[in-house]
Parts: sequence; structure tokens; C-alpha cells
Amino acid sequence: MELTTVWFVLIAVLWIGYFTLEGFDFGVGLLLPVLARDNTERRVMINTIGPVWDGNEVWLLVAGGATFAAFPEWYATLFSGFYLPLLMILVALIVRGLAFEYRAKRPDAAWRARWDRVIFFGSLVPSVLWGVAFANILRGVPIDSDLEYAGGFLDLLNPYALLGGLTTLALFVTHGALFIALKTDGEIRHRARRLAVPAVAVSAVLAVAFLGWTQQQTGTTGSAIAFVLAAAALVSAGAAARAGREGWAFLGTFVTIALAVAGLFLALFPDVMPSTLADGASLTTTNAAATSYTLRIMTVTAVVFTPLVLAYQGWTYWVFRKRISTHHIPSAPVETAGTR
Amino acid sequence: MDPTDIARWQFAITTVYHFLFVPITIGLSAIIAGYEITWLRTRDERWLRLTKFFGKLFLINFAIGVVTGIVQEFQFGMNWSDYSRFVGDVFGAPLAIEGLLAFFLESTFLGLWIFGWDRLSPRLHAACIVLVHIGTLFSAYFILAANSWMQHPVGYSFNPDTGRAEMNDFAAVLFNKVQLVTFPHVVLSAYMTGAAFVVGIALWHLRRATTDADRALHRPAVRTGAWIVLVAALGVIVSGDVQGKIMTEVQPMKMAAAEGLYETEQPADFSVFQLGTLDGEHETFSVKVPGLLSFLATGTPGGEVEGINDLREQYRETYGADPGAAYYSPGDYTPVIPLTYWSFRLMIGLGMAGVAVAAWVLWATRGSRTPQGRPVLAAAIALPFLPLLANSFGWIFTEMGRQPWAVFGLMTTEHSVSPGLTTTEAWISLITLTAVYGVLAVVEVRLMLTWIRRGVEELPPDLPADTGEDRPLAFAY
Repeated sequence: MELTTVWFVLIAVLWIGYFTLEGFDFGVGLLLPVLARDNTERRVMINTIGPVWDGNEVWLLVAGGATFAAFPEWYATLFSGFYLPLLMILVALIVRGLAFEYRAKRPDAAWRARWDRVIFFGSLVPSVLWGVAFANILRGVPIDSDLEYAGGFLDLLNPYALLGGLTTLALFVTHGALFIALKTDGEIRHRARRLAVPAVAVSAVLAVAFLGWTQQQTGTTGSAIAFVLAAAALVSAGAAARAGREGWAFLGTFVTIALAVAGLFLALFPDVMPSTLADGASLTTTNAAATSYTLRIMTVTAVVFTPLVLAYQGWTYWVFRKRISTHHIPSAPVETAGTR
Repeated sequence: MDPTDIARWQFAITTVYHFLFVPITIGLSAIIAGYEITWLRTRDERWLRLTKFFGKLFLINFAIGVVTGIVQEFQFGMNWSDYSRFVGDVFGAPLAIEGLLAFFLESTFLGLWIFGWDRLSPRLHAACIVLVHIGTLFSAYFILAANSWMQHPVGYSFNPDTGRAEMNDFAAVLFNKVQLVTFPHVVLSAYMTGAAFVVGIALWHLRRATTDADRALHRPAVRTGAWIVLVAALGVIVSGDVQGKIMTEVQPMKMAAAEGLYETEQPADFSVFQLGTLDGEHETFSVKVPGLLSFLATGTPGGEVEGINDLREQYRETYGADPGAAYYSPGDYTPVIPLTYWSFRLMIGLGMAGVAVAAWVLWATRGSRTPQGRPVLAAAIALPFLPLLANSFGWIFTEMGRQPWAVFGLMTTEHSVSPGLTTTEAWISLITLTAVYGVLAVVEVRLMLTWIRRGVEELPPDLPADTGEDRPLAFAY
């Protein structure tokens, strides 16, 4: 395989990692006002993702950095072109990240309520805008022959892209509900499970519409297979949720998101950012790529360190595998016990 | 202002702001790791209490450092897309490796450290904060390698077909001589900053302590911290001295701009401060140390230091011809002199003031003395800010002294900006980020002061073992 193709695959893997992992912690943030009835329940929800959300977000930073290194032209055109949506995502991620850490630092209901709203909107904005951004990448945007984005903000708002945004939103809500069902106990767990079944149905409708539209626009055999399997995984997730098999249900949405993102990348290849202009130029894995020297160095680094990262990140989930319920939440947001 | 100026303001504001939290993160993670290991070794509870107290302050600081770091990763592409196209093949690699090696390590093991008090064995728990610290060092190494390449590009060739710098020697990029001296300079000043933060807070509590137990708790934090400030400062001075000589070699204009030295002199004096025109071209009064600039730049008090006017001519001859085609603009190659002149002095002056205060604190707390009175209060409040601001001015000097270049000798800042960036977009971004950062600064400082005032807490009683698996979490948000 060409090194540029290897890196296209690796970038896809990084985005899969990002959406499957941060997808559920966005979902938890979005469901905070829905599933929790009081402060203790909100704390139960926040603490299910407390130890892991930051590590989940690093997948985004590495995806950004890897794009910079492996496809500098893609990084430059994408980030300067999608300027305002990216700015909104950045602001959302900034305030959302602080909210988790700062919310519990003052025993003040108004203070907590403000941070709760920040968590909700900080999860909402990227959940929608990532879908909008990826749909626009797939659909193509105006890129001139100098590989510069030649459109404006409004070019990014079209029915297909908005459908993409709603699809990621619905999938992340579902993913988050199933995560809460898997990681909590008591009332919240039941509420999450009850919510998950209709959420699966809504996301299935949206996902079939969006992925079908994508397939019809730029699909390949590979993307068709990935999309069909993604749909099957989503239906299984719904069935498992109904049957109360929370682990399988969560695995189902995990696989759904992974396959859907994989399918989008398969539909995109070998372009990385197609142009809609007749006299423009599309960015491809070839003309956007770094030199083979740089790609070789990056490949060695990725081969050595990615398994290590997966191992210790996986271990974290194992360490914090226990379900949390309201009686696990200490009265004040401080330590209640010493070390063991 | 045009989009370039707005983008420059944004880069300056977001980067200086981000770097207020970075040195504290690097320094404090090392100190907390030291506390926790000392507790493991001695089982003296004071160290565990200090670990938890400074751990909370660390998290308040770390959170804002992390989230403002996201902007750093993205704004190269957003505001500086021509720069990104030109350097991506070289500059992107250390950035991506920083994410893979450092960010994952920091975030994952910090999560384990925060929430893992009752899930991990004490040794494993301490290992987590050690790994967080190692992550901060990796992070510093790779991002400084990227920055050092901008100061002194090596290990690349210019490809006229693609119009970009392409890497041909990664080792040369990683072991750039500028990098090898910048890394210790930055990391040691981060240790100085983290330690000064600890000393200031612990001294404030020591002064207020009413019981012997309280004094016995805070005194070791004050004294170990002050020693770290002094030892790290020694390394900062030595590395800074070497750095000055390398800078004179690879960026002579920056050294001339540090002094506002217009005409070549041998020997060249160093002015501690001067009054006159703002750009230092005509001075009316100055306090000079004879031969000191020669010594800083060349290592001998009689060495020749080239002045701005001569260098400008040399630069015109070298860069007037065209290595980088579209990326080159003939300028006068002179940075903003008042800014480089004063930021250089403030870096050194504030750092030295930090050393003086730390030394005084050590002297004042010698034996078993607990100093009282206003000077102690002043020292406690001032100390955390001295090395911290010295860091900021050091970076302002380094980056402004490189101007008009983004990549020295290869690409000007003016040509780095995104060509499609509109003035409106640039303003929206600058205003939004500045406003958000401003609000967060207020929130952060208030929170920090609240938790500093609460002081070191008693250890909570250990719950009886039979509550087993269903006991409350040791830590919860």
C-alpha cells in the first residue's frame, strides 16, 4: 500500500477513535438535563466520564496533528476554510472541558447550574458541527486551483450537511444513553435504558437517510458494505437495549459509529477534500500529502506508540469499570477516604 | 488592522495566555510527584496532605492549560494556512508526535491519578503522577523542537516544485542545537515557576500558622520549594548564557535587538536600563555594564557584537536574493526594538528578583524561624509571579526578536497568514477568544484563591474495610 494511503487510513482510524469515544461523552453531556433529576444524579452522570473524557478528546488533537504532518495541504485548506464552525467547536470544547473540572469546586447551586448549561451546550455544538463539517467534506466545497477554500460560511449550511449534523447528534445521544445505562445503577440506569430504544429508532432513520444520500453521491462498494453493516449494528444495538443487554447495546452503537465513519472515509477516498468548482482542484491523498520521508517517520512512530496508547487507555476503562450510583457519590465534592 | 495584524494579536494573546499555565503544570507535577513519593517512602502524613492540597491547585491550573492548548493545535491551520502549507512537512511531525506521545500520556494518567485513590495501589498511584510529569516533558520537547526549527531551520531542503520546505533529516530537527539549549532553559524555568508557586502559597500559610503542627506542615514545603527555585535558576542562567551565544550565531539581529545596538561595537556594553527615544536610537541617560553584551554574545568581554545597521545590510545581501520565491518580502529585517529591549530586561530582571526573594525566604526561615510581618506577606504574594512573568517576557522576546520572519530566513510572518482570511473572520475569532479567555481568567483566579485560602486539609478518616465495594468513591466531581 502507498504510504499516502496508509496515512489516509490512519487519519480515518484517529477520527473513528475520536467519534466512538468522545461521542459517548458528548452524549452524556447532552443528556445531563434529561436523565438527571437532582444534583447527585447529575454528579453520577458526570463521574461516569470524569476519568476518561480528556483522554477521549486527545484523539481529536492527534487527528489534527497527524493531518498537519501527513497532509499539510488538507490541514491548511480544511482549517482555514471551515473557519467559523471550527471556532465555535473550539470555544465549545474549551468551556466544556473546564466545566467538568470547575463545576464541583464551589458549593453553590447557581454556580453548578451555570456549568451544567455549559456542559450541555458545549456538547451540543460540536455534536452537530462535526457532522456538518464531515458532510461538507464529502459533498465537496469550492476550492480553487491554488487549493484555497473559495467559499464562505453560508456554503457550509446546506440540507445534506444539516442532515449530517442531526445524524451525529442523534448517534451521540444514543451512544451516551447506552453508556449511562451501562455505567450507572439505580433510577438513572433505567431512565437511560428507556430513552435508548426510541433514540436508536430516531438515529436509525437519520443515519439511513444521511448515509444513503452519501452513498448515492460518492459511494463505493466498500462504503456501501460499511454503511449496511453500520445499520445492522444499530438495529442490533436497539434490540439489545430492549432486551436489557446494556453491554451489547453499547458495543452496538460503538460499532455503528466506527463503521459509519469508516464508510465516510471509504466514500471520500482517494480525495480528501473534493472541489465543487469546475476550474478548481480537489485535494487528494497525493497532492495534499507530505513527503515520503516524513510519512515514513510518522509511520514508524504510529506503529510503535499507537498500540501502547490503546493498551493504557483500555486499562483505564478497566480500572473504572464499576457502575456508579447515587450512594457512591460523596456528600461533598472532595475526598472521603484515604488511600487504601 | 489587516488580517495579518489581527492574526498576530490572536497568536500573541492565546499563546502568552496558554503559557501562563504550562510552566506551572510542568513544575508543579514534578513537585507533587516528589511529595507523593516522599510520603510513600516515609509514611509521614504531612507529605500526603501536601500532595492532595497542591494536587487540587494543580488540577485547577491544568484544566485551563489543556483547553487553551486545543486552540494552539488548530490556529496554525485557521489563521496561518500558508505557513502550514510551507512548513507542514517539517513542523507537523513533532506536533503530531507530541499528541501521540505526550497528550495521551498526560490526560490518561491524570484521570487515573485524580480518580484512582481507592482503585490503585499507592505505588501505582504515585507512578501515575510521575507519568503525567514525563508526559509534560515529552510535550515540551516536541513543541520546542518545532519552535526551534522556526528560529533555526535545519534538516530540510527547499523544494521549488512544491514551493515548500521538506524534511530530509528528522534527527537534525530533533537535535537542533537551538533546541538542545532551549529545552533545558524552558523546563528549568518551569521548575522555577512551579516551585515559586509552591513557596508563595506555603509561606503565606506558614505565616498564618497558629500551631506547631501547622508550622511543621508548611515549613518543609517552603524550604524545599525555595531550594528548587535556586537550583533550577542556576541551570536557567547557565543554559540562558549558552543560548545567548547560539542566538548571536544563528540570529545575530535578535541579539542586537536585545540591546538596541545600532552600530557594531567592540567591546559592547550592556545597558541595565536607558532613557531616550523609544527605539533606543538616541539615548539621553543609561546605566551600562562595560563589556557585558560582548560577554553574553561571544563569551569574551572584548568580543565584537554586530549592530542593527550592519546586520540589516548583511540580511539584505543574503535574503534580498531569492531562496523562497513567493514567500519572501524585502523588509528592513529589524524587530520592534523597544519591545525586544525591554522584554529581554524584564525576563532577566524578574527571574533574578525571583532568585533574590527565594534566597531571602531561605535565610528568613533558617533554623526553626517563622518570619512574621509585612515583608513575608509581600514575598509570599510576589514570588509566584516573578518567574512566571519572566517566562512570558522570555517568549515575547524570542518570538518578537525573530520578526519579520516566521521561519528565520525562509518565510516572513506577513506571508504566513491564510490568504482567504477576511478581516471580519479574523476579528470575530480574536474578540471571541479574548473575551472567553478573559472570563476564564477571572473564574480561574477566584477559584484558585478560594482553594489556596482553604489551606491544607486534614486527611479524611479511613472507612472501615467491611463497607467493601459499595463505599463512596474516594474522589468524585
